[in-house]
Amino acid sequence: MPEPYVPEEAVTHGDGGTAALAIGEAQSLAKAPGAGPPGGAPGARARSLWSDAWHDLRRNPVFVLSALVIVFLVIIAIWPQLIADGNPYRADLAKAQQGPEAGHPFGYDTQGRDVYTRVVYGARASITVGVCATAGAALLGGLLGSVAGFFGGWWDVLLSRLADIFFGIPILLGGLVFLSVVTSSTVWPVIGFIVLLGWPQIARIARGSVVTAKQNDYVQAARALGAGNGRMLLRHIAPNAVAPVIVVATIALGTYIALEATLSFLGAGLKPPTVSWGIDISAASTYVRNSPHMLLWPAGALSVTVLAFIMLGDAVRDALDPKLR
Amino acid sequence: MRRTSRAKWGVWVAAGALAAAACGGGGTSGSDGAGIVSASWGDPQNPLEPANTNEVQGGKVLEMLFRGLKRYNPKTGAAENVLADRIDTKDSQNYTVKLKDGWTFSNGEKVTAKSFVDAWNYGALLDNKQKNAAFFQYIDGFDQVHPESGTAKAKTLSGLTVRDDRTFTVKLHQKFSSWPDTLGYSAFMPLPRTFYSKHAEWLKQPVGNGPYTVASYTRGSVLKMRKWDGYPGPDKAQNGGIDLRVYTDNNTAYTDLQAGNLDLVDDVPAAQLKNVKTDLGKRYINQPAGIIQTLTFPMYDADWGGAGKEKVRRGISMAIDRAQITEEIFQKTRTPATDWTSPVLKAAGGYKAGLCGDACVFDAAKARQLVKEGGGLPGGKMTITYNADTGSHKDWVDAVCNSINTSLDNDKACVGAPVGTFADFRNRISRKQMSGPFRAGWQMDYPLIQNFLQPMYYTNASSNDGKFSNAGFDKLVNEANAATDKSAAIAKFQDAQKILAAQMPTIPLWYQNGSGGYSDRISNVSLNPFSVPVYSDIKVK
Amino acid sequence: MGRYVIRRLLQMIPVFIGSTFLIFLMVYALGDPVAAMFGDRAPDPATAAQIRADLYLDQPLWKQYPHYMAQIFQGNFGTAFNGQPVTELMATAFPVTLRLTLIAVFIEMVVGIVLGVFSGLRRGRGIDTTVLVFTLVVVSIPTFVSGYVLQFLFGVKWQWATPAVSPDAPVNELLLPGLVLALVSLAYVTRLTRTSIAENARADYVRTAVAKGLPRRRVVTRHLLRNSLIPVVTFIGTDIGALMGGAIVTERIFNIHGVGFQLYQGILRQNSPTVVGFVTILVLVFLCANLLVDLLYAVLDPRIRYA
Repeated sequence: MPEPYVPEEAVTHGDGGTAALAIGEAQSLAKAPGAGPPGGAPGARARSLWSDAWHDLRRNPVFVLSALVIVFLVIIAIWPQLIADGNPYRADLAKAQQGPEAGHPFGYDTQGRDVYTRVVYGARASITVGVCATAGAALLGGLLGSVAGFFGGWWDVLLSRLADIFFGIPILLGGLVFLSVVTSSTVWPVIGFIVLLGWPQIARIARGSVVTAKQNDYVQAARALGAGNGRMLLRHIAPNAVAPVIVVATIALGTYIALEATLSFLGAGLKPPTVSWGIDISAASTYVRNSPHMLLWPAGALSVTVLAFIMLGDAVRDALDPKLR
Repeated sequence: MRRTSRAKWGVWVAAGALAAAACGGGGTSGSDGAGIVSASWGDPQNPLEPANTNEVQGGKVLEMLFRGLKRYNPKTGAAENVLADRIDTKDSQNYTVKLKDGWTFSNGEKVTAKSFVDAWNYGALLDNKQKNAAFFQYIDGFDQVHPESGTAKAKTLSGLTVRDDRTFTVKLHQKFSSWPDTLGYSAFMPLPRTFYSKHAEWLKQPVGNGPYTVASYTRGSVLKMRKWDGYPGPDKAQNGGIDLRVYTDNNTAYTDLQAGNLDLVDDVPAAQLKNVKTDLGKRYINQPAGIIQTLTFPMYDADWGGAGKEKVRRGISMAIDRAQITEEIFQKTRTPATDWTSPVLKAAGGYKAGLCGDACVFDAAKARQLVKEGGGLPGGKMTITYNADTGSHKDWVDAVCNSINTSLDNDKACVGAPVGTFADFRNRISRKQMSGPFRAGWQMDYPLIQNFLQPMYYTNASSNDGKFSNAGFDKLVNEANAATDKSAAIAKFQDAQKILAAQMPTIPLWYQNGSGGYSDRISNVSLNPFSVPVYSDIKVK
Repeated sequence: MGRYVIRRLLQMIPVFIGSTFLIFLMVYALGDPVAAMFGDRAPDPATAAQIRADLYLDQPLWKQYPHYMAQIFQGNFGTAFNGQPVTELMATAFPVTLRLTLIAVFIEMVVGIVLGVFSGLRRGRGIDTTVLVFTLVVVSIPTFVSGYVLQFLFGVKWQWATPAVSPDAPVNELLLPGLVLALVSLAYVTRLTRTSIAENARADYVRTAVAKGLPRRRVVTRHLLRNSLIPVVTFIGTDIGALMGGAIVTERIFNIHGVGFQLYQGILRQNSPTVVGFVTILVLVFLCANLLVDLLYAVLDPRIRYA
């Protein structure tokens, strides 16, 4: 079915999600010919797309910087006590909303808790949501999208319409309704919800690139030589189709973190005792006038994290796109 | 765009009509002009029928649109006769109501005994699905027009009889000495003929007998009330009218007030309390209202309601530093509670500070000891459930939990448990699914001590959400209701509260004040004991 | 072309049913809305039963959904709990949101395309990097943060705009909320334009035009921009549908009584007729926008033909 998939994929979800950033650009990847087949001088060992990209990335300051930030954030998420020896739950109401003082560089929140400690401990929930939701959406979307693209026909129609069904629901609205019923205070319902509404986006990208890859001469050749479906998918198509998915997923990761914060703002995100940037930002947002420090630090941490992941995705996309060399 | 600095306020009045026309952006009403006050409002949840309005937003409109037999004095809260000339009884069970002459609805129809009796019959009848039907339950024959299940067996209340144009009698099915004082509640308002004959039109533009009439009503966004010049009552409107504007977020309403686009807010958001005095100076109102906030325990849960658990409940109450929370979180717009009623009742109405005793006094060491003696928190921890959609409940619930945690010296003893929507919250309560204390707020329907106690703690009462049941308490309430002497009745109700102090089925947290703010365009602004602005008294400069 | 449109229209039917059923299911899962109507009082059972029967809530889910859909196809969207017909709510909410959306789209088009063209033509240079960083920073700030901050700065501190929108929602009051709403999509438009321009700038036809000696301005506006904007235009097409339903946060902060506002209220009160009714319309808008955009794409790019 010769549908142009470019316009369909570039869909945002209003003011809540930013999940489709640069997806329009990712198209060019899927369409880029010759991304996989061996090229270069005869006799020389062929440099793959991946080693090419890696070669580029190591020299890209944007990539190095964002990767360093992400490594740092992940370490903090795992061992917050490395840089914060306080207790994120310890509240002293007498100090509510007070500004910075010695030993408490970021000041206190409405409950008189140390903002610095809360910001450090908040990394875990936010990054868990981002990483797990992206992994889930990429796996589910990648699988269903590849199946739709590879087998085509009824599979394609069925899965594409299924994706449309989830696409049609405004993401914040779905989040409000879906998460209002949930009482669990863990991160899993939020992750589950993001995967549920996030997979179609990745499925479309995956489908598009599989469709393109399938038409490549070397795949046709492999089929002519009698390669089975499984082998075709794994050895020939997946390596080419996976690049755009990775790009979109990295960018989506940042936007999922921001989405969690917005859901918290609407009262449907993570719940205490989980410590998260989203919870703290939404609690502080109405206090911006009196106590901007309560908002600025967690919001800054969130923005830096989102920025790091989006920039990483951006750099990876540039490196993987041979047309932009 | 309406941007007005303070210096320009004088010009504002002169240019009122012009500005309103320019800023209205195609407003439909031509009567906009000087003397109109714009006030914040929330979308009422039900159609504006008197017997169907059970929340404060609809209540604001009814207060402007209707006058009943009695009205609660906006300052003292005392029930005073308005349309009633006399309400007589010899036995606290059979009442004769005599109306004053000269009252009409704004469409010219006379207010007669039939206007009341028909309205009450309408409100009580099951077929009309009025949410305040229960307010007519004391009238004889209620079980016929509104059975517990099935369909109505009669169309009218047998206890109501029209004697003549200005007289009707009421027979209650039990003695209730303070019943006449309940008649200021909006459910008891009279209704004109058009309410029944042209119901759909009436709902679009309600007609009543109060100081204001409805000029136009765009549901979900703005309701324009205008002064009724022919209003026969003594409390004529002091302004040209009120525009009630719907806001979803009270922060936005407050911001709009600051920017000069709104004259009156009746709910200052928690986040602005710190700066409200510098923003508004004397134009900030903070005065007691008949609202008490409590934490209710699920007494049906053996972990909380079992024998000996009153120690845990009392211990938790002592673990809460009410003074600090009302100071830091609420900036003194709440007062720590020491009984289960409200100071707006005044001593004469039965309010008595300190009835809760030492159980409402913060004492961390004793709290720890009591909780330990009572067997500790069930499973070592507790949650405080609240609805996250309205109000700033999160801030104080977290503060209460933090206070408990600090007192019990356990960071994870207590945690707030938000429920997404109020509907879901209510469903969990009515299905008895609460596994720990939950937020409860009680706003009085009428300023009577009975209204603060019976609906919540009497066995199987309509708002007894924790399912507390105590024979001694019930007995005292029955005796109080039957007492013909007011002070004797009050003494019984106060004795009943001592049982609450010992059992602690509900922790009194604080008395809520009404808070509001207004622009310097208007003056003489106050809130009544229900925390509703006294709209008709507002003067426009 | 005709066959293609018919096929797409047919495929819309299951998607429409699926989406509306999904949202119906979710609202149903929220539970019984009747208890909340009685405030802090336990509902009196007889009245509650009557209301449930009226709202068809006493029926099982598998009966409720077809009943509701049948009503909708007769033009009856039911009534909200305050007694107002949902169609009346729609009549007031959709024009407001449409105005807000158009303002947002206008801002993102003008600003986004200008920024995108400049950074695309000067790829890798100072201006490109600046714009890149700017768009990334904008994307990384959640809407409610930018909303509250801009509302306070513009509305209260500097008094450049009204902080809240009046019920009639005139265009001048919608500029600030429109900007807040546009911020996120603005970044997309900028980046899409940038990539597209950068790719096409090296295309043969542009080189030919330059070689012919055409003035640079003419090359950019006539040849380059026209072809580069195809993906941008189609993106904006789909964005309109998405923005209309997604402005829940912006509409709440600025007190705009549009679609997002009604949906939020509807969810809080578990008012299923409002929520499902609005979403039904939104799904239709979304599906039609998708189809239109695909067709538009074919019109703009003659290389694409639908069979």
